[in-house]
Amino acid sequence: MQDSIILENVGVRFGELSILSDVNLSIRAGEFIVVLGPNGAGKTTLLKLLLGLIRPSAGKIQVLGRTPRRGNQAIGYVPQHRVIEPETPLRARDLVGFGLDGHRWGIGFPGRSRRETIDRALDEVDTLSLAESPVGLLSGGEQQRLMIAQALLTNPQILLLDEPLANLDLAHQQEAVSLISRICKTRGASTLLVSHDINPLLQVTDRVLFLARSHAAIGAPSEVINNETLSRLYGLPVEVARVADRFFVLGAEL
Amino acid sequence: MFNIFQYGFIQNAFVAGSIVAVVTALLGYFLIVRGLTFAGHALSNVGFAGAAGAVLAGIHPVYGLLLFTVGAGAVISVLGKRIRERDVAVGVVMTFALGLGILFLSLYHGFAESAYSILFGSILGISQSDVVVTAVFSLAIILSLVFLARPLMFSSFDPEIADARGVPVRALDIIFLILVALAISVAMQIVGVLIVFALLVGPAATANRLTPRPARAMGLAILLGWTYTWLGIFLAANTVFPVSFFVASLSFIVYLPVRLLSSRWWRRGLRGGNVRA
Repeated sequence: MQDSIILENVGVRFGELSILSDVNLSIRAGEFIVVLGPNGAGKTTLLKLLLGLIRPSAGKIQVLGRTPRRGNQAIGYVPQHRVIEPETPLRARDLVGFGLDGHRWGIGFPGRSRRETIDRALDEVDTLSLAESPVGLLSGGEQQRLMIAQALLTNPQILLLDEPLANLDLAHQQEAVSLISRICKTRGASTLLVSHDINPLLQVTDRVLFLARSHAAIGAPSEVINNETLSRLYGLPVEVARVADRFFVLGAEL
Repeated sequence: MFNIFQYGFIQNAFVAGSIVAVVTALLGYFLIVRGLTFAGHALSNVGFAGAAGAVLAGIHPVYGLLLFTVGAGAVISVLGKRIRERDVAVGVVMTFALGLGILFLSLYHGFAESAYSILFGSILGISQSDVVVTAVFSLAIILSLVFLARPLMFSSFDPEIADARGVPVRALDIIFLILVALAISVAMQIVGVLIVFALLVGPAATANRLTPRPARAMGLAILLGWTYTWLGIFLAANTVFPVSFFVASLSFIVYLPVRLLSSRWWRRGLRGGNVRA
């Protein structure tokens, strides 16, 4: 299969601070990747590189065969959850609609086909019944689904999800994981999902991208989340305990 | 009581007031959803200083208004990228402008009357050419808003995703505040700063409480703006009280119960889409 994302010797520096250095990886079309690592390790920076919002200070990046550029419709992006004020004058349908034509100039007149396209996206994330509800009144999990629906409206080949599980309880985490993996599979979209916990994602992930101290390691979960690899990445002794098919990282912040 | 309509100056007031009400309702919607009401308020104050400076310099107040409000709008949007920074930037710019306003006021003797007319408007002293100027500027602002509509909405509600989707978020920030500055400059010397600000925030704030649908909220804000303006002029023409007082009071009197009652129906009826508001 063709690689949809390729990073060669990529480095990012903000002044003296090195966020990423010498990162090499390639991600295949349709692959599900969980991006792990402590705060400040460059997870969000990686997503912004792919979106073309920041430029690498070194190395080369290819997204679907091209240099990253802002406004790339082939990428669906769901940033970290943001609190939406309860009385925001916007319906679920309006929020999702931004994904369709929010970037186009002019008013844009409502039509049947626009409405149906938005309905299909709402349906894909099981929120069709909430279409007319004010977004601020929905739960964090429901808002998350709407953001995913919004990201899907351009039929992206790559999905970037920044900590979609962060504000959900365990039951809702499971729901979100199965929804995201279903979308990734049915659409054949490469998915990069940033998380602080691999365990809810073990069943669905193909590989794990671990970022720490501006370096990266990529591979199957057990290839990356082990004493040797993590100790090398963190530069200090890290122990990984495996209990009942779950990974627990000891001695380092994740 | 209704024979006031035979006077030309009353007709002019109605027409100019109605046009201003449309522009302020539309800008007001975005001002509120972008969290910029304080900036809108500040621009009105900054405009006062600009007008005072222009009168002192012996030029038409509109030049001072334009220079000060557009300048302040640009400075505010450049200095304050995040909401918290922005309010600080707004506060600093506004106090500086008010300081200048006080200086101009003290330098120009016999200024009190001009200051009074700028602050509280001379809507009942509008000429036909004033109406034309208002209409031309308002049309330009409305057309700009129509052109910017979708990206402006997108960046108002989610600047981060809009940015990733290629919407020029920073440029829209600046352009929007400049549009507000233009509207304030044109409307202020005609209807006065108090009416401008009352119409900029009041109708849109009330409308946003009544419906979660953006297009409907804007339409409702225009209707409310017209109601306040028409009633205000009508009441003022039949009493000894100023128009500004009536417009500001009507806006407040309608907003208060809507604000107090709305949290109830927001929480109850609208949830789940069973009520199509």
